[in-house]
Amino acid sequence: MDKKKQIEKKDISKAYSKYADRFTPKPKYFKNIIKAFVIGGALCAAAMWLENKFIASGNSQEDASAYVVIILIMAAQLLTGLGVFDTIAKHAGAGVIVPITGFANSMVAPALEYKKEGVVLGVGGKLFSLAGPVLVCGITSSILVGLIYLMLDKLGIG
Amino acid sequence: MGRKRQTIFFENKPYISSAYSIGGKKEGDGPLRKWFDMCLNDDTFGEKTWEKAESKMLKTAMTEALRRGGRSVEEAGAMLSGDLLNQLMSSSFMARDMHIPFLGMYGACSTMTESLILGSVLVDGRYSDDVVIGASSHYCTAERQFRMPLEHGNQRPPSAQWTATAAGAMLLSSCGRGEAAEAIDDGSYIELRDVRVEAGTIGKVIDAGVKDANQMGSAMTPAAVDTLLNHMEDTGRDLDHYDLILTGDLGFIGKDIMRDLLEGAGLNKADIETRYDDCGTMIYESQQDVHSGGSGCGCSASTFAGYVYKKMRRGELDRVLIMSTGALLSTISPFQGESIPGIAHAVSLVSE
Repeated sequence: MDKKKQIEKKDISKAYSKYADRFTPKPKYFKNIIKAFVIGGALCAAAMWLENKFIASGNSQEDASAYVVIILIMAAQLLTGLGVFDTIAKHAGAGVIVPITGFANSMVAPALEYKKEGVVLGVGGKLFSLAGPVLVCGITSSILVGLIYLMLDKLGIG
Repeated sequence: MGRKRQTIFFENKPYISSAYSIGGKKEGDGPLRKWFDMCLNDDTFGEKTWEKAESKMLKTAMTEALRRGGRSVEEAGAMLSGDLLNQLMSSSFMARDMHIPFLGMYGACSTMTESLILGSVLVDGRYSDDVVIGASSHYCTAERQFRMPLEHGNQRPPSAQWTATAAGAMLLSSCGRGEAAEAIDDGSYIELRDVRVEAGTIGKVIDAGVKDANQMGSAMTPAAVDTLLNHMEDTGRDLDHYDLILTGDLGFIGKDIMRDLLEGAGLNKADIETRYDDCGTMIYESQQDVHSGGSGCGCSASTFAGYVYKKMRRGELDRVLIMSTGALLSTISPFQGESIPGIAHAVSLVSE
């Protein structure tokens, strides 16, 4: 009986969601994807150009890419602090969130937000509130993939 | 005090002898700007934290409502108020400075009519002659509690709503003693009518199974429909009894669903078109980038205490049904896979 009721509830909720969807405008996926591609691509092209400039002025490839990363992170942090980044991200979406700029933003935004609760328990405690879950999942999955690769390699398949 | 199922009929019809509404900066740029008693130039309101700013807004609304009603702090028998923050931070910290007997209310965004019904019960039952009620919300406090830090760059879906930075307060009295006349633009005076609370319908929690916290409008609409239909049944009235029926913060999507559901329930389509509206769709212009409209306790509180109250006092509206709508989710419930329960309380106001 209880199970029947549960199923009924699920059906109602499904039917209502379907009904409500008729009134809900869909996000403009195509437009958003194009915008993200163009802006994200431009960002990466600019970073590449910068890296080439560094290499041309006599830095090693490794140093040059480190400098570029630092510049990108600092720029994103500065723009977050000035309150511009969220406006850019509103339009650019994944174009600025997927590159390292998104990571910088996800650290600085909580740092600014929770400053009022103190440096240690506010900023310290909440600094990774956005980046933390991404880091944990990212590192965990990279370890898993690494293990699989190692096993395949040992078996002589890789 | 009479009662029929969900609806309370107030015998002595408590007077709303004064009201005060505050809007934030964005709300002050919106279509309701001239109906607010005050708009902030800066959403921090000169305070160090957003929470303090919200508390100050609520305090200003409460003290100004008392002052306009000609009551002193000592005369107020009770203060009922609520907001969206954990442990009712804005309200409790506002009450700390006021020294008025205080009852904290939580009904999410339905808090304004929840406090209005209970405040009217206190006045109608002669437990107190003067009760001050109110509610507030602040975009920045709600956003950091329920969603993301402000500066985080994310894209909001079209169904997302914008928490209004606003507060509203009303003074309920057993006898009308508010201002009797008001100067209008051309310098002449218009006589003000009395606004009284005639009936209130307490809503049931209705959960339609919506799980997406960005779909508040559609999550709350079934509760609003339920309360409205029960109100109609209890009172034996039809939609055309009211000059205006206002829901709190269903937004553009919720308003469309509400219209469709009411039509499906067999109510007159023309009445729905002309008499029904939603505060969430009134408080911002569509170009203000708020997606599906406004939300938050302050959205309905400030619209009722500003727009509705003033129009009724001037005699432009005779009978109004106000229904604040609330989404009773918590900060953890969406992560536990729970759907969003909705609620709506209706209050019928008459101007005479």
